[in-house]
Amino acid sequence: MAALAVGAAGCGGSDNNTSSTSAGAASCDRADLKLVNGRKLTVGTDNPAFPPWFGGAEKAPWKVSDPRSGEGFESAVAYAVALRLGINKPEVEWVVVPFNTSFAPGPKKFDFDINEISFTPARAKVVDFSDSYYNVNQAIVVKKGTKIAGATSIADLKPYKLGVQIGTTSYQFIKDNIKPSQQPAVYDTNDAAVAALKNGQTDALVVDLPTAFYVTAVQVPNSKILGQFESTTGEHFGMVFAKGNPLVKCVNQALAGLKADGTLQRIQDRWLSKVVAAPVLK
Amino acid sequence: MSGGEGRRSAVIAVVSTVVFFTVLGVLITHAPGWPEVRRTFFDWGQFKDSLPEIARAFLLNVKIFCIAEVFILVFALVLAVIRSLQGPAALPLRLLGIAYADFFRGVPTILVIAMLGFGAPALQLKGVPLSTTFWGIVALVLVYTAYVSEVYRAGIESVHHSQAAAARSLGLTHWQSLRAVVLPQAVRRVIPPLLNDFIGLQKDTALVGFLGSVEAFKQSQIDAAATFNYTSYVAAAVLFVALTIPLARFTDWLVLRDRRRRQATGT
Repeated sequence: MAALAVGAAGCGGSDNNTSSTSAGAASCDRADLKLVNGRKLTVGTDNPAFPPWFGGAEKAPWKVSDPRSGEGFESAVAYAVALRLGINKPEVEWVVVPFNTSFAPGPKKFDFDINEISFTPARAKVVDFSDSYYNVNQAIVVKKGTKIAGATSIADLKPYKLGVQIGTTSYQFIKDNIKPSQQPAVYDTNDAAVAALKNGQTDALVVDLPTAFYVTAVQVPNSKILGQFESTTGEHFGMVFAKGNPLVKCVNQALAGLKADGTLQRIQDRWLSKVVAAPVLK
Repeated sequence: MSGGEGRRSAVIAVVSTVVFFTVLGVLITHAPGWPEVRRTFFDWGQFKDSLPEIARAFLLNVKIFCIAEVFILVFALVLAVIRSLQGPAALPLRLLGIAYADFFRGVPTILVIAMLGFGAPALQLKGVPLSTTFWGIVALVLVYTAYVSEVYRAGIESVHHSQAAAARSLGLTHWQSLRAVVLPQAVRRVIPPLLNDFIGLQKDTALVGFLGSVEAFKQSQIDAAATFNYTSYVAAAVLFVALTIPLARFTDWLVLRDRRRRQATGT
């Protein structure tokens, strides 16, 4: 039995990586990058891949659009970052990572996950976040012609049944800032939240502004963006890495470069420009 | 068994239990990933933080299964009686009963909940309630009626045919003998499986969260997504288990009391 115990303890944590990190600066040269799949960069995101974050024609296994197309804000950012690291488009692989598994303990099957994940200090204790690649505003979607469509301030929203998707900071935003009198409804998927809005089971849907644009443009035809909320906490999206992954530093360098020479702004203008015009609710 | 043998067996039992769980404990806590797992699933701070809200959300689960169980017990009995009807004239009813039971035992419960919870309100018919709790209860009642009717049927069929024959020979009609002789015996016999299905129902109330209702499991998902920590799931699990244990012991007590009563009759 002692042998069993020793064997089991020994089997667990063998490191596949034989090269040791030198004490001090870990280089961000292409050859020195420690990637999950040695030669290729593995990027994770959830399924379906919704516009404007992803674009291109739908291709299995992803639904709605295709992260591999390079179209869509997050796809474009991922490829731009990869290029800065010296990794070309054909060397980038995408894997489906359901949101719930992106922060599961244990080794990750991706180098980073890009999936509209907001940075919070609590989350940063479990995973590593890259710097911001997009500053988020929450927005509220309503059906045209309903009572809530006449609301003009945050206080006007109190009596209504609001809906959110789980895992988004929208829920916390509702609880902290709107404080509705009815318990908000929380859905596992974007589709369920949208179906509830269509059915009238919820009066409004609170999502980030770009997703709100997609909801009103495509998913719920007779809806509109009632307004957006000012970000009180400086909410931003970051890429998710395994805790302690040295790649974060290199990705942050890449992001800094993209911001400095205006590439990130160009990408944002190309894919997210239409969503800027929504009134701010106070 | 003599006293000495009995004591020896007890000692062996205790020692082997202690050794087994010690080895298991050592294996787990010495696994390389154990610190991370402990931090992710068994974080005491997270547990304390998330428990109050989860407990509050748990009241919704309790409300759902209390209301659903009442309807399930009644409807399932009706369905079981329908299926046990004799005679060719009752064939269409029996066929309907079989189709119902097969369908609702065949479709996964989560699908029934999703289809009813999102589909029925989407019809936009006047008077159709939109409430997700309502449709969650309806879906659970439909599914569990199918399962529980099978339990009743087993009970009915386990009552010896001589009981029904004796009742008929006393001049009772089919319905009277069913009500006064067969069903009381049948139901008493299947109380453990009935309570077992009730315990299962309590867990399945978590599926109603899919419709958006914030019940205990959904609340624990919310906490987990916000903190990237899974301890809230453990908190929800603790609540569910805490509910089940008294029920399970109550079931055991009921069975014991019933057995004592039946054996005590007579001379």
